Amino acid sequence: MQAFARLYRQLDEQRGTNAKVDAMADFFARVEPDDGAWAVYFLSGRRLKRLIGPVRLREWLARCSGLPEWLVEETHQHVGDLAETIALMLETTADRDRHDPRPLARWVEEEILALREIDEHQQYQRVTAAWQALDESGRFVYNKLLTGALRVGVSQTLVQRALARATGQPQPVIAHRLMGQWQPSGDFFKSLFEARSADEDASRPYPFFLAHPLEGDPADTLGPVHDWQLEWKWDGIRAQLIRRQGQTWLWSRGEALIAETFPEIVEAASQLPDDTVVDGEILAWDEAVLPFAELQRRLGRKRVGPKLRREVPVRLLAYDLLEQGGEDIRERPLGARRQTLEALMADVQAPLMCSPLIHARQWSELADRRAEARERRVEGVMLKRRDSAYGTGRPRGIWWKWKVAPLTLDAILLYAQPGHGRRANLYTDYSFAVPDGDTLVPIAKAYSGLDDAEIRRLDHWIRRHTRERFGPVRSVEPVQVFELAFEGIAPSSRHKSGVALRFPRIKRWREDLGPDDADTLEQIRALLP
Amino acid sequence: MSQPLIQPTDRGLYCAAGDFFIDPWRPVPQAVVTHAHADHARPGSDQYYAASPGLSLLRRRLGQNAPLRGLDYGVVHSFGPVRVSLHPAGHILGSAQVRVEHDGEVWVASGDYKRDPDPTCAPFEPIACDTFITEATFALPVYRWPPVAAVAAEIQQWWHDNARQGRTTVLFSYALGKAQRLLAALEQPTPGPIYLHGSVAPLTDDYRAAGIPLPTTRRVSEAPADEDYAKALVIAPPSAGGSTWMRRFRRPATGFASGWMRIRGNRRRRGYDRGFVISDHVDWPGLLRTLAETGARRVLTTHGRADELVRYLGERGLEARPLATLYGDVEDDG
Ligand SMILES: [Zn+2]
Ligand SMILES: [Zn+2]
Repeated sequence: MQAFARLYRQLDEQRGTNAKVDAMADFFARVEPDDGAWAVYFLSGRRLKRLIGPVRLREWLARCSGLPEWLVEETHQHVGDLAETIALMLETTADRDRHDPRPLARWVEEEILALREIDEHQQYQRVTAAWQALDESGRFVYNKLLTGALRVGVSQTLVQRALARATGQPQPVIAHRLMGQWQPSGDFFKSLFEARSADEDASRPYPFFLAHPLEGDPADTLGPVHDWQLEWKWDGIRAQLIRRQGQTWLWSRGEALIAETFPEIVEAASQLPDDTVVDGEILAWDEAVLPFAELQRRLGRKRVGPKLRREVPVRLLAYDLLEQGGEDIRERPLGARRQTLEALMADVQAPLMCSPLIHARQWSELADRRAEARERRVEGVMLKRRDSAYGTGRPRGIWWKWKVAPLTLDAILLYAQPGHGRRANLYTDYSFAVPDGDTLVPIAKAYSGLDDAEIRRLDHWIRRHTRERFGPVRSVEPVQVFELAFEGIAPSSRHKSGVALRFPRIKRWREDLGPDDADTLEQIRALLP
Repeated sequence: MSQPLIQPTDRGLYCAAGDFFIDPWRPVPQAVVTHAHADHARPGSDQYYAASPGLSLLRRRLGQNAPLRGLDYGVVHSFGPVRVSLHPAGHILGSAQVRVEHDGEVWVASGDYKRDPDPTCAPFEPIACDTFITEATFALPVYRWPPVAAVAAEIQQWWHDNARQGRTTVLFSYALGKAQRLLAALEQPTPGPIYLHGSVAPLTDDYRAAGIPLPTTRRVSEAPADEDYAKALVIAPPSAGGSTWMRRFRRPATGFASGWMRIRGNRRRRGYDRGFVISDHVDWPGLLRTLAETGARRVLTTHGRADELVRYLGERGLEARPLATLYGDVEDDG
């Protein structure tokens, strides 16, 4: 446990990616297989189901620290993170040798998973004993695992790079092995070191290849337009459809199996030959694409009944072919893969179809098509190099997403509340409102978009212009105007304003504007599709 | 009830019976000053009293010709019927608690203080009193300082790693007190030479003049333009961070030494490569221990997290209340 906690600290402290990869590779090369498996499990963003909620943990912390519960709560507010609060609040026994020497796998199995089997009183005893047995960084990581919230600042790609180095296997092979569902066992970890075998798990998807956002005009930087395959940037769910051994699997980019959410796609997949893997986008579609809000009605549903299927029909728009006849063809150029895909899809019926290509002889033509994006209910256009392999991660220069500029509005700061984690000491979570006649109606919350200096200045202003306090929330004098950017707008009965914004964020602090310059609710409702 | 011995006014904490102020923030006739940090020592008063070891530091803040009178620790000075004496606060060189006695009642205004060992100043001395005025900068139970030696070892290891990669180690810290304490904590031999920013160097010389042994340092301002800083440690105030002054260092690794670095969110938000937990203010256990040792029945708080401390002490049967002051407004005094 202490070795893993040390690795976590290194990853947390190091800012350079090379140093992070070095630290992980070094760890993987020395670690026992059981512990390595769990480390990969957590580093690749997987979590244990939360066994104990924050309310109970705070109560236990109060009991074992002898501090009143309200003080534990205030302190948690201040720190912003419960696992950290527990780690910092308890005294550490000075004697390092007395710290528990058990490695990660035994900690997970004996001290975390084992909690499922025992009653609350025994849980209290086990957890508080664990707190005493670890030092601060060990306690922090243990709490994070316990609450199912360990987040390490490393991307999947970095974990794969480190494993590739430690195992001597190519990174795409490692990436593939880490996809999908696997048990964190010593055997799994050992299998990462083995050369590629014939029967790698049939359900396993390939890692999704991602596009980098394009800023500025492609004409300036991307060379001739005909080097690029051009497509619409759909606003749906990225998905991978796998046909192997007469079965179908449908994976989302979040590595969830989503077959039950989209049964018609799985049914239609039987039209595809065996040993085929298609990359595409799921969209709500009725003659043409429907707003994302429609698709959202289906998400998170385990069962989708005939009524919902009728009301929100869906399609899978295929845009790439990763495996054909059991062969991994990701290294072939995109142009060739696209031809094969089109041939394969020629006889296939809806709801499967090819994502159409955009034809543009010049960059200016592409810009014109992009300008139609909002009307077409797409986010913009995709630019993919025709000669590109289907890689991993999100490298620059191979696939670009060129989104349309977001919508914006000017709104008034109304409430502020301290951030969590990295911004625990500052007011960084803001609610904004717009005028509706004589009243102000909340329109959006936003957390990001200001730089550190602005955040500090605004924090200072908020503290001096507070009108009321409700717990951690302060209402402020409604005079500061901010330009908010957002990706879309939909009617909403849950919001008092009657509208919901998608991905609102702060674009600029408009100190040049006063509250009378803010957009009105009426103006914003006019944007509804 | 008669008026309290010390009370907040618009000019500062005032003792009416002795007609003097403690750490006033506006000019007054008579000021007793606890230490040379900017939020406690402000210029313009007619007469200052302060602990003798801090006089040269105070002159830098108040002017070379400031009307400044030094009092030795423990020696009583009478302001009319009020007996005043200064006692070490363990915060920085020359920092003092002000003991105020009148009609058999004793108050102690402790200014800023800490309980951890610090070879650069006299250690905090608990004084029995009826009313204790305490800072509450870090008055939450997550603030418990790790042993200074352990933090110093971390800094030294980090410096060593940077030096091996040919990267300059730039450690940001408050220029007065913290910088000198860091210097004193470094183990010899060091991985390379130590340089000081222009705002740290003269204060460090004052410490040396007061007889505090500190390692040899050079001034960045006196180094030639092509100086090789590859193995160096540079100590600078945080304000130097984003400035052009930093350009002379190639690929610097930056760290920040402050009690605020205890919280991971602060470490990450500040944008330094590393954060080191080292503070000249009292931590939570130190604060509670101090209150117990003074035996005070009444506790008044300044700086920072007053609400929680006041409530906590209240629940434990002490009379506790926040005092409105302007201390702690100086950035990065952590
Ligand atoms: Zn101070
Ligand atoms: Zn202070």
